[in-house]
Amino acid sequence: MSKVEAILSQLKDIAANPKKAMDDYKAETGKGAVGVMPIYAPEEMIHATGYLPMGIWGAQGKTISKARTYLPPFACSIMQQVMELQCEGAYDDLAAVLFSVPCDTLKCLSQKWKGTSPVIVFTHPQNRGLEAANTFLVKEYELVKAQLEHYLGVKITNADLERSIAIYNENRAVMREFVKVAADYPQVIDAVSRHAVFKARQFMLKEKHTELVKELIAEVKAMPVQPWTGKKVIVAGILLEPNELLDIFNEFGLAIVDDDLAQESRQIRVDVLDGEEGPLYRMAKAWQQMYGCSVATDTKKGRGKMLMNKMAQTGADAVIIAQMKFCDPEEWDYPVLYREFEERGVKNLMIEVDQEVTSFEQVKTRLQSFVEMM
Amino acid sequence: MSLTQGMKAKQLLGYYQNKADQDAREAKERGGLVCWSASVAPPEFCVTMGIAMVYPETHAAGIGARKGAMDMLDVAERKGYNIDCCSYGRVNMGYMECLKEAAITGVKPEVLVNSPAADVPLPDLVITCNNICNTLLKWYENLAVELDIPCIVIDVPFNHTMPIPEYAKAYIADEFRNAISQLEVICGRPFDWKKFQEVKAQTQRSVYQWNRIADFTKYKPSPLNGFDLFNYMALIVACRSLDYAEITFKAFADELEENLKAGIYAFKGAEKTRVQWEGIAVWPHLGHTFKSLKNMGTIMTGSAYPAIWDLTYDANDESLHSMAEAYTRTYINTCLSNKAAVLMDIMEHGKVDGVIYHLNRSCKLMSFLNVETAEVIKEKNGLPYVSFDGDQTDPRVFSPAQYDTRVQALVEMMEANMAAE
Ligand code: SF4
Ligand code: SF4
Repeated sequence: MSKVEAILSQLKDIAANPKKAMDDYKAETGKGAVGVMPIYAPEEMIHATGYLPMGIWGAQGKTISKARTYLPPFACSIMQQVMELQCEGAYDDLAAVLFSVPCDTLKCLSQKWKGTSPVIVFTHPQNRGLEAANTFLVKEYELVKAQLEHYLGVKITNADLERSIAIYNENRAVMREFVKVAADYPQVIDAVSRHAVFKARQFMLKEKHTELVKELIAEVKAMPVQPWTGKKVIVAGILLEPNELLDIFNEFGLAIVDDDLAQESRQIRVDVLDGEEGPLYRMAKAWQQMYGCSVATDTKKGRGKMLMNKMAQTGADAVIIAQMKFCDPEEWDYPVLYREFEERGVKNLMIEVDQEVTSFEQVKTRLQSFVEMM
Repeated sequence: MSLTQGMKAKQLLGYYQNKADQDAREAKERGGLVCWSASVAPPEFCVTMGIAMVYPETHAAGIGARKGAMDMLDVAERKGYNIDCCSYGRVNMGYMECLKEAAITGVKPEVLVNSPAADVPLPDLVITCNNICNTLLKWYENLAVELDIPCIVIDVPFNHTMPIPEYAKAYIADEFRNAISQLEVICGRPFDWKKFQEVKAQTQRSVYQWNRIADFTKYKPSPLNGFDLFNYMALIVACRSLDYAEITFKAFADELEENLKAGIYAFKGAEKTRVQWEGIAVWPHLGHTFKSLKNMGTIMTGSAYPAIWDLTYDANDESLHSMAEAYTRTYINTCLSNKAAVLMDIMEHGKVDGVIYHLNRSCKLMSFLNVETAEVIKEKNGLPYVSFDGDQTDPRVFSPAQYDTRVQALVEMMEANMAAE
């Protein structure tokens, strides 16, 4: 096995076995884990406690049964899965769960956790251009911090936080670099591997992840760049899973040269900047700097422009929107994106992501005819 | 003599609803500004600046009630709006697209010509507030970008922990001041603080009269048919900062007072059971939802939805914190326990025997906590409840048969409880 293969296989293992990643971490450090609900949270704070932040992004192919009692069928697919897992007690080993509420579904879900872990809820301000929004978010973060300290029985010092911020910034920078490398070497980093590198990030300490990804990048970059005979696409949406779906991308020679997935690049889009102000303020400011996301209010709606810039930068042939089933923030963005793409002759396709399904024939047919059309 | 002299409340309602739309059309004609607004966004700033207001949710509800929703929903669907998006929003985006096409081509598209929609002009700006849902942020982003007009956002952060903290009020009050600056730029003149004072006072007088109406549900039998709140709601939404709402509500409340004195009740006193309605009305099927209940002698005497517009605040508070508090405390913008407490207060006030929960296909925020809310409340007061599937403007979701079966079951439970007492 080559070094590249070894690293990818390690990350794939972690991505596929979050429970094991958590148990190993516990065994190793004696500390537990804290769950992080999508989409954004001040994860640095959890990191600063020494607990392992664990992303909660649903599961694949679970039949929804217990969750039916608590959620009507028109709740987004990912939250159906999360609810099902809550009912099954899958998250009960978490020392706490951090919960933001940037959409109507998450507001409701934040009030009905069915597991046993304590839930820490906070609200992102949406009038993000205002300084008052930063002040507000600092207050929310102070409460988050106090609750984390309470539930975990630790004290989070500014020095700890600064250290975690630096680790996170480095990881985000390395991941941005990785996105470019994956675009240059689709023969080496295919769609499944690319996703695994992102996904593993949610179940590992970021410094460990950074180390592996750096190594991976160095190895890959030592290889010659080969011409890509297939097509290049940018994917956008909440997430693009499972591997069976990504396999179709591989099969049709679709290289993912950049993404705007909430689970992937949106997580690494902005850093916590250096500055004179305290860490909580600078973390709050990162939310102000966030852009191109369906749950971060933007009355200018720059997301389409951002995607088209990405196309220009990467030479992508098309944009594929992975529409999470029943996710209304994304559904509201779509008509504007669609119009902008059509007006500018940008090839685009929308496919539905439903975490409950196990058959991907329909998506396959749609992707196939899309590729043929290109 | 004024046109409205001698009008009954019901006539006043029709008169002022039309007048509000006419005001907007006239404003447009004389080159004034028109603003489309979310239903619980503060109108005080725009009204102070003499901007005519139009309320897309109310407008869409009207289209739905007049059975015209499908055409507009189709237009929106063709533009790429998923059927999962709130139907108020889809109807409005459909309507906006029709107006836009008419403005560009000079020709009214066929669907618009045939639509029963009230004729309102395109906006020059929009204002939104997420105190009832974040959908209104997304919807108004789209209006602003599709029409290339300014969007004023009043973000009221979800109150996950009650009571509402001072820092949230401070943030919202700052947004108010920012909205004022935005309006000064849009209007090209300074904000009229003196007029603002009057507008706030007017809003409070409207709200006072609105609350007077809902208060009549405490009487048993009730002089007020709760469904009337749904009808009169149009004005508390669209005209609360004008005297239109105050005049109409006062007339209605006075009529109810007279009726009470004279022993005239909503169901001629023949109410057998009383229910609370949780959620928005089903506008395309309003008549059916009402009549099915009425046929069983069941009167609606409580609903938290119209009570959202109890926007009581201290109009003299210059910090604007009190106004901020009024706009953020909307029960659906608060934690589950507060939400349940608000509903229970209304239940107690309306002396209801049970609750009907509208599981609204359009409204995730007013649906996804229904099970928990119902459980919490049932645990506390033991009253029976049922849920039915509906949608406030997409006529395809509601099933009359399902509704009838569910409310019948509720009535049986309520009657059994009464018999046991
Ligand atoms: S509706 Fe969309 S943004 Fe909200 S929880 Fe579901 S997937 Fe996430
Ligand atoms: S129906 Fe629900 S989602 Fe639609 S605008 Fe009203 S509160 Fe928002």
